[in-house]
Amino acid sequence: MNELPQQLVNGLLLGSMYGLVAIGYTMVYGIVQLINFAHGEIFMVGAFGAITVHLYLLPDGTSIWVALPLMLLGAVIVSVLVAIGAERFAYRPLRGAPRLAPLITAIGLSLALQQAVWAFYPEAKSKLAFPQIEGGPFTIGGATIQTGDIFLLIAAPISMAFLAYFVMRTRTGRGMQATAQDPDTAKLMGVNTDRIIVIAFALGAVFAAVGGVASGLKYGQIDFKMGFILGLKAFTAAVLGGIGNIYGAMIGGLVLGIVETLATAYIADIPGLHQFGSQSWAEVWAFILLILVLLFRPQGLLGERVADRA
Amino acid sequence: MRQRSLIAITAALAAGALTLTACGSRDEDGGSSDSGNGGTTVVIGVDAPLTGDLSALGLGIKNSVDLAAKTANEKKYVEGITFKIEALDDQGQASVGQQNATKLVANDDVLGVVGPLNSSVGESMQKVFDSAKLVEVSPANTNPALTQGVNWQTEKVRPYKSYFRTATTDAIQGPFAAQYVYNDAKKKKVFVIDDKKTYGAGLASTFTEEFKKLGGKVVGTEHINPESKDFSAVATKVKNSGADVVYYGGEYPQAGPLSKQIKEAGAKIPLVGGDGIYSADFIKLAGAAGTGDLATSVGAPVEDLPSAKEFVANYEKAGYKEAYEAYGGYSYDSAWAIIEAVKKVVEDNDGKLPDDARAKVVDAMQNVSFDGVTGKVSFDEFGDATNKQLTVYSVKDGDWGTVKSGTFTG
Repeated sequence: MNELPQQLVNGLLLGSMYGLVAIGYTMVYGIVQLINFAHGEIFMVGAFGAITVHLYLLPDGTSIWVALPLMLLGAVIVSVLVAIGAERFAYRPLRGAPRLAPLITAIGLSLALQQAVWAFYPEAKSKLAFPQIEGGPFTIGGATIQTGDIFLLIAAPISMAFLAYFVMRTRTGRGMQATAQDPDTAKLMGVNTDRIIVIAFALGAVFAAVGGVASGLKYGQIDFKMGFILGLKAFTAAVLGGIGNIYGAMIGGLVLGIVETLATAYIADIPGLHQFGSQSWAEVWAFILLILVLLFRPQGLLGERVADRA
Repeated sequence: MRQRSLIAITAALAAGALTLTACGSRDEDGGSSDSGNGGTTVVIGVDAPLTGDLSALGLGIKNSVDLAAKTANEKKYVEGITFKIEALDDQGQASVGQQNATKLVANDDVLGVVGPLNSSVGESMQKVFDSAKLVEVSPANTNPALTQGVNWQTEKVRPYKSYFRTATTDAIQGPFAAQYVYNDAKKKKVFVIDDKKTYGAGLASTFTEEFKKLGGKVVGTEHINPESKDFSAVATKVKNSGADVVYYGGEYPQAGPLSKQIKEAGAKIPLVGGDGIYSADFIKLAGAAGTGDLATSVGAPVEDLPSAKEFVANYEKAGYKEAYEAYGGYSYDSAWAIIEAVKKVVEDNDGKLPDDARAKVVDAMQNVSFDGVTGKVSFDEFGDATNKQLTVYSVKDGDWGTVKSGTFTG
């Protein structure tokens, strides 16, 4: 039986998740040249926001179809608030400081957020079960798709389309592009750059929150550490696609997810590479790909076309 | 401007440091036992993962040791000695475990340590304790190399004199599972997965060896990354391999999602694991997909042993927030073994602790023998438990049910 279609779907789903989070890295980098290492934690608090709505605000036994939009709303609100707070209190005071200072702040903030959730969220010391969508899996063309994955499958393209529209067509979006190109000149032209930066953080947080809910639905569990590895992967995806480029983030995410999945599935079948083929080696292959891309195309797959960067 | 950013960094660092110390102190206030009977204080160290993925098991260990200390104090079991516990969190990481070991060694009142949970952590702690002649009793380490040396299959050599365990080893657990799967469950084609850790890889290899010997076929092997939770690629491979059972050497944080994803991929076959997946959290993480999955665990089921009735009742009475989990009984017995050894040492020295109490406790531990929660507790020449009972459990109606209990006989 041919397992390629199924493995491609597995990779596509994993990659969509990476892509959703990667957008946040790439947007913030495009505008303020800051690698926001706390972004993985924005994803994590989003998932916790969603489960808070489910556990504490909704009555037991609420249908998942009613609960899901409210949980998504809760996730977005929590993520956006934390992201805006981080921007206002951790990053804005450091604007104009040497680049290393905000970077270290971002790493510190990432640890602080993890530990805060661990210490103060009830029962966050072990994994929390996330509500699941009932219903059997769907089979399309030899590949099985779980009900929990459908949310991701729908949400990721919609989010991307919305972002593309927002950046290219709206006044605020164009302001973002202008700020990305040259913050000082943009300011002279009447763009409120402080506001633009806040919007970039908030938008990134919205996508991270969608990713957080998708992750909960897909894996059925969330925990305070879930953002760390995923954040690193998403950052890798952003670099792979060309950091600063929003389309690159999505492409980079998909490539990374598919490479990891195919490496797990097929490397072991190549003669002589058997011991390098298991899932524990998948990340090694993904990073070899990243190194190769950066060696031959330092600007990433899609490059950093200034006009697109936002 | 420069000044301002400096202030900001300092503030951020201070806030971070405060959060961290807050966590630190929380870990270390491990339940002290107030009901003292005066005299000397002896501290029993506990090292287990109290936070993170494996904390369900770790907290069960800590609470059970605390219960043993409290019980000994209440009964005035050792005249003139008050037992206290000091619980440290190793987060399931070998490096943290080693630091904890150093910390416990530095505290002169510590005369014995219960823990750790993970074999890999145990490996990193053994030498530290052994050079300090501090006795360590693990309720959960199952890797054979810890007591019988790295070449345990050919030549058994005990590496550390101060290391004991109440848990049965994987040299018995893996084959026991293989015999059950092949003979009783009648599954002939297995897909073996492990997490490459000391415990998981060891268990998977002892299982595989026995399963092949019995005539079973290994249709695929895979190693997963314990940091990951997307096992969909692995699950698809399992489905296409035609296996009728999956054996997983590893722990429940990965086993739960793995079981769920394998069933979702369309392979409706049971996942079998060792004591590392025998936890209520496994069922929580696997969800409905976990029904029918199997686990072997060391010893007889605690609830069924008459000797354990008292432990279970006392545990409930003490009102601990967390369940005693898979290793509760073994942790209680480990702590009690230390208490017995201390009692012997004190009695031999006219009711006082001698100056070289640590070394004497190590010697006394070798000859400890009493009826514990899990049956007779005593140690062989390698420091392994003489009790070699194992039990197969399966998930039924959202709970672990006993399937078969027995001893492995070669």
